[in-house]
Amino acid sequence: MGVQYIYPEYEIVRNQERCIVCRVCERQCANEAHEYLKDSNKMVSDDAKCVNCHRCVALCPTRALKIVKSPHTFKENSNWSGKAINEIYKQAESGGVLLSSMGNPENYPVYFDKILLNASQVTNPSIDPLREPMETRVFLGAKPEKIERDEKGRLIRNLPPQIQLSMPIMFSAMSYGSISYNAHESLARAAAELGILYNTGEGGLHEDFYKYGKHTIVQVASGRFGVHKAYLNSGAAIEIKMGQGAKPGIGGHLPGEKIGRDISRTRMIPEGTDAISPAPHHDIYSIEDLRQLVYSLKEATNYEKPVIVKIAAVHNVAAIASGIARSGADMIAIDGFRGGTGAAPTRIRDHVGLPIELALASVDKRLRDEGIRNRVSIIVGGSIRSSADVVKAVALGADAVYIGTAALIALGCHLCRSCHTGKCNWGIATQREDLVKRLNPNIGYKRLVNLLTAWQHEIKEMMGGMGINSIEALKGNRLMLRGVGLNEKELEILGIKHAGE
Amino acid sequence: MREGMFRNPSGCAISGIISKSGKRFSGERIIKSIAVMHERSNGLGGGFTAYGIYPEYKDFYAFHIFYDDNMAKKECETFLEKHFDIINLSRIPTRKIPEITDEPLIWRYFVSPLPTKLAASQLDEREYVVRCVFRINTAIKGAYVFSSGKNMGVFKAVGFPEDVGRFYKLEEYEGYCFTAHGRYPTNTPGWWGGAHPFALLDYSVVHNGEISSYDANRRAIEMYGYKCTLLTDTEVIAYMIDYLHRRIGLNFDEICHVFAAPFWSTIEGKPKQEREELKFLRNVFASQLITGPFSIIVGFEGGMMALNDRLKLRSMVVGEKDDMVYVASEEAAIRVIQSDLDKVWSPMGGEGVIINVEEGKY
Repeated sequence: MGVQYIYPEYEIVRNQERCIVCRVCERQCANEAHEYLKDSNKMVSDDAKCVNCHRCVALCPTRALKIVKSPHTFKENSNWSGKAINEIYKQAESGGVLLSSMGNPENYPVYFDKILLNASQVTNPSIDPLREPMETRVFLGAKPEKIERDEKGRLIRNLPPQIQLSMPIMFSAMSYGSISYNAHESLARAAAELGILYNTGEGGLHEDFYKYGKHTIVQVASGRFGVHKAYLNSGAAIEIKMGQGAKPGIGGHLPGEKIGRDISRTRMIPEGTDAISPAPHHDIYSIEDLRQLVYSLKEATNYEKPVIVKIAAVHNVAAIASGIARSGADMIAIDGFRGGTGAAPTRIRDHVGLPIELALASVDKRLRDEGIRNRVSIIVGGSIRSSADVVKAVALGADAVYIGTAALIALGCHLCRSCHTGKCNWGIATQREDLVKRLNPNIGYKRLVNLLTAWQHEIKEMMGGMGINSIEALKGNRLMLRGVGLNEKELEILGIKHAGE
Repeated sequence: MREGMFRNPSGCAISGIISKSGKRFSGERIIKSIAVMHERSNGLGGGFTAYGIYPEYKDFYAFHIFYDDNMAKKECETFLEKHFDIINLSRIPTRKIPEITDEPLIWRYFVSPLPTKLAASQLDEREYVVRCVFRINTAIKGAYVFSSGKNMGVFKAVGFPEDVGRFYKLEEYEGYCFTAHGRYPTNTPGWWGGAHPFALLDYSVVHNGEISSYDANRRAIEMYGYKCTLLTDTEVIAYMIDYLHRRIGLNFDEICHVFAAPFWSTIEGKPKQEREELKFLRNVFASQLITGPFSIIVGFEGGMMALNDRLKLRSMVVGEKDDMVYVASEEAAIRVIQSDLDKVWSPMGGEGVIINVEEGKY
C-alpha cells in the first residue's frame, strides 16, 4: 500500500451473533463495502469503501450493524490534524483538486445558535396558536412606492408580480442531474401541497413537472442549460443564479456519465457530454449587464414573473445587494457559506464566503439605510436547519428562507457528503436507476410536507410566545433577538442587543 | 435616565370626546372622564390634546415646547427665527399645584414658515415643518417640541392626568375634540417629553398597550426619514399615521385596515373588490401591521379615529349622544360625563371607528 495508504475514517462493526446473513447490506451498498463469503457463510466488510451513509445500518433487519469512528490516529498534533495530513497524501498521489459535497462542515461560529428569542410576560399577552389565528402567509416581490387611485378614488392595485407563500420557506435550487428525478418529483409535489415554491436549479425542467409550474421557480444559471421560452414562462418566478454559497466565485461541473437520455433532453445538451457552468455568466461582467439580463427575462415573460437574483454571501455582500436592488430585480436570494452542494472543491467550500446571519443583517440594514428595502424581497439560505433558524432569520430581516439540505435529510439523506461520487444509496444524489427507485416520491413528498407542517406549527408557537400573530410583524423585528456570547462588533453587525440588556 | 434611552412598555387609560357638529366645549369634561380611570395610571405621565382651541391663530402652526433651561430656549428661538415668522409667543399658562413639580420651561409659539426658506427647501409646507421639528428635537439639547399642529395643542406632564389638566388650566380652553391619556409605565423616566399624547403636525395619538411589532414598525418607518427617539409605541404609531395619511395618501379607513389588518381567513370571505383591496393593503403595507395589544385614539384636524388590535386585547368602549361621540378605555369614563347615551358599544378587534366633524364646522 505504501505512503499513500489512508486508514479508513470509519469502521463497520458487525455483530456476528445477530447477523443472519440475509445479504441486505450487500445488496444495498452501491459502494460495495459488504461481501458474502460463501465458504464460511459469513458477511464481511471493507471499511475503506464505506462512506458512512447508514443505508445498511438502517435496513439491517437484526440491527447487527453500526458505523463507528475509527480510533486509529496519528500522533497527536494541534496543528497537523489527521485530516490535513491525509489530504496531503491524497493530493501527492493524484495531483488533483480535492472535492467535497454538501455544506461546509468546519468549526466556524454558527450565529443562529448564539441568538435567543423573546417571549411575552405580564405587560403583553402571549397568544395561543391553537385558540387564535396565527398567520404565516407572506408575499415576495417589489412593493410600489406610491399609491394610485382611479376616478372613483378607489385604490389601483399597481403591484409588480408577486409570489404568495403559505409560510416563509421555499425549497432551494437543486438541479435535475445533481439530484434524481424522484427527488425532484418529491419536492415539486410537496411545494404544491404546502402552498410554497421549489426551485428547478440550473438543469432545466423535466417535461413531466411543468404541471407544478405555479409552485416552481425556474433557474437561469451561467450554463443556461434547458433555458427556453416555454421554460421561462412555466414557473411562478425566474431566478438568475450568480453564485452559490458552497462555492462562491466558481462554476459547476456535472460529469458526462450523469448525462443520460432524460437529463440530456432536459438540459438540451448531447448525451454523455460534461455539463459545465462557467464561473461567471459570460454576458454579465458587471452590474449594468445584470440589469440587461433581468430585463431580457422580463421581456421574454411579458413582465408577469418576478426575477430573483441569487448570490453567494461574500465580503462585499451589502454593496452588491444594493446594486442588485437597483437593477430591476424583484428579490435577492443570498446563500451563506454553509450552503450545500452536489460537488465543490473542498478548499473553496471550506474557506470562501460569509455566515448567512451576518450577510443577512448587513444587507437588510444597508437596503434600509438607502431607503430601498421595499424594492426587493430578501430570501436567505445556507444553512437553515430548523424552525428556530427560520424565526431568527425573519426577525433579522429576511422575507423568506430557502432550505436545501434540510429537505434532503427529510428525504433520507444522512449527510455522508459523498454526492460527488454519484452513488447515493438513498436515491437522492444519483442518476443510477436502481438507486433512484429507492426513493419513493409518494413517501418522499409526504415526508417533506410533514417536515414543513411541523416547522409551521413551531413557528406559530414561537410567534405566539412573542405576542405576534402575523409573520409580517416579525420581519426585521430585531428587538425580539438577543445575542449570547457575542462580542460588540458581532452584535453591531447583527443589529441586536446582548442577552440581559 | 429619560425616554429614548431604553424601551419603556406601559399600560394606560385613554379617553376621547368629539362633537360631530364642531361645537366647542370646555376641557373640564375630558379631565372628569380620565380622572375616573385613576387606577389605570400610576402618576408617571398624563396629558391631553385639544382641537379647535386657537381659532384666532388657526392659520399658524402652534408649537408647544419644553425647555430644560434658558440656554436651550435661546438656541431654539434662534433656530425658529431663522426658519419661521413668529406671530406670537408666550409662556403656556399654568397653575402651581403640589401634585405637579419640577416643571420645565413651557412655551408656545404661533409660527408660519418663512416663504423664502420654504421655497429654497423645495418641500411642501407640512414636510418643512416636520423637518424643523425633528431638527429641534434631535439637535438642540434641552429643547423639545411636543405639539406642532394648527388650531390644536398638546398639554402633558409627569403626574396623574387629572392633575396635569388642572396644572394646564385645561378648563379654560374650548375645543371641538379632546383626547386624554393616563400612563402606567413599567419604568420611571420622569421626563415630561415622554408623557403622552404624542403628536406631529395635527396628528395626535393616545395609546394603551404594548405592541409586539414595535421594532418591525420602527425599522420600517425609519427608512422614510423618521427618527424614533423615544422608543415608545405611541411615537412609532404617530409616525406611521403621518406617513400613511399625509405622505402616502391613505384615508383613515384604509389606515385601520393596515394597522389592524383583517385575518386572511376574513379577507378570503369578502366580495371580490373588497377582498382585492384588503389584500393589496396588507401586502404593500405589511411593515405597518401592528400586533400585540393596543387601543388607540388618533386625533386629526376635523376628526378622531379609535381602533383596537385585531384580537381586542385591550378594552375600548364607544358611546354616542346627539352629536357627541365618546371613546374610553372603560365605559365608566363615558358615563361620568354623559349618563344618558343614545348608543354604547365595544368595537370589535380591528374595527375602526372614524368620526368626522361636518365639513366647514371646524
